[in-house]
Amino acid sequence: MDNIVKVGMADLKTTFSPKILTTLGLGSCVGICLYDPVKKVAGMAHIMLPDSKNIRNNSNLFKFADTGIDALIDEMVKKGASKYRLISKIAGGSQMFSFASKNDIMKIGERNVIAVKKILNDYNIPIKAQDTGGNYGRTIEFHSIDGKLLVKTIGHGIKEL
Amino acid sequence: MDNYLNNIDSLILDVLKEVGNIGAGNATTALAKMLNKKIDMTVPKVNVLDFSDVADLIGGAETIVCSTLFEIEGDLNGSIMFLLETEYSKKLVSLIMNGYEVKDIDDLAKSALKEIGNILSGAYVSSLSGLTGLNMKISVPSLAIDMAGAILSVPAIKFGQVSDKILIIETQFLEGNDNVKGYFLLVPDYDSYDILLRSLGVSTNG
Repeated sequence: MDNIVKVGMADLKTTFSPKILTTLGLGSCVGICLYDPVKKVAGMAHIMLPDSKNIRNNSNLFKFADTGIDALIDEMVKKGASKYRLISKIAGGSQMFSFASKNDIMKIGERNVIAVKKILNDYNIPIKAQDTGGNYGRTIEFHSIDGKLLVKTIGHGIKEL
Repeated sequence: MDNYLNNIDSLILDVLKEVGNIGAGNATTALAKMLNKKIDMTVPKVNVLDFSDVADLIGGAETIVCSTLFEIEGDLNGSIMFLLETEYSKKLVSLIMNGYEVKDIDDLAKSALKEIGNILSGAYVSSLSGLTGLNMKISVPSLAIDMAGAILSVPAIKFGQVSDKILIIETQFLEGNDNVKGYFLLVPDYDSYDILLRSLGVSTNG
């Protein structure tokens, strides 16, 4: 188990091959995995909200898609990754509960995914694979040895991306 | 705005525990009546957690739980969740439906679980309303059976908009013979936290 690095909610971690990054029980949050295939540096961020702007209390940068991805790229570069070689894989952003409500917050999963894609696109980081949306949770494992992403669910099978 | 959750003193803790005690006490009584069984509950815990620790609240992020979520609206806003281990949720449905064997949680079982959640959360919130004099009502239930981490991300995200920590008032209940566990979680919205304390005569400013 020494080989596994856990990433919690509103958290990010980077590591080298052959370690595995994992986050358990992703719901409406989005897990963003970045990888430099040459240096075999891998990083994972677990963001909760799309945007740090207009938010009163944003001392935790890892909570948001915008500041979280900025911080993740910085960390990757510090570990020797090249910004220009990074590829990404993303998972999560589901809607766990359905309410016929006007409440915007219930669609947060979808908004998170849109924000993450836009930011990765702005950075010119290609999204190689994604497993997002739906109404179920995901546990993800990102393998720094080859950049493989495993997505495990309850009742919706296991996917290898 | 300061973050209230950084300076919770023992008086505030006691008041919040009492909120959980009265709310969950009423809900537990409703459950005991419904099942005609003795149900025990634990002393409520008031958790102020970093988001990275939220998923470990109910026996780990990957524990599969059956959860009914209600939005609370009115003078006080927030969410209330009723969580059960999946095996026990089947047992509970079976008890309610005169011993009908529940193999999977199908649509019928889901609808029964929502109704149970409705009655219990209603009991919780109405006693809370009586205690505080605040007007609140609960939404229709929404049910999800999934990993605890994924389910708890929903109230966490709501809190995440205004705070770096989350406040959860947790009460566990136990049914003696089968040694089964369930939880009530009351998560007042950040802005409602102050309203809740004031209604009980406690000031958060020092």
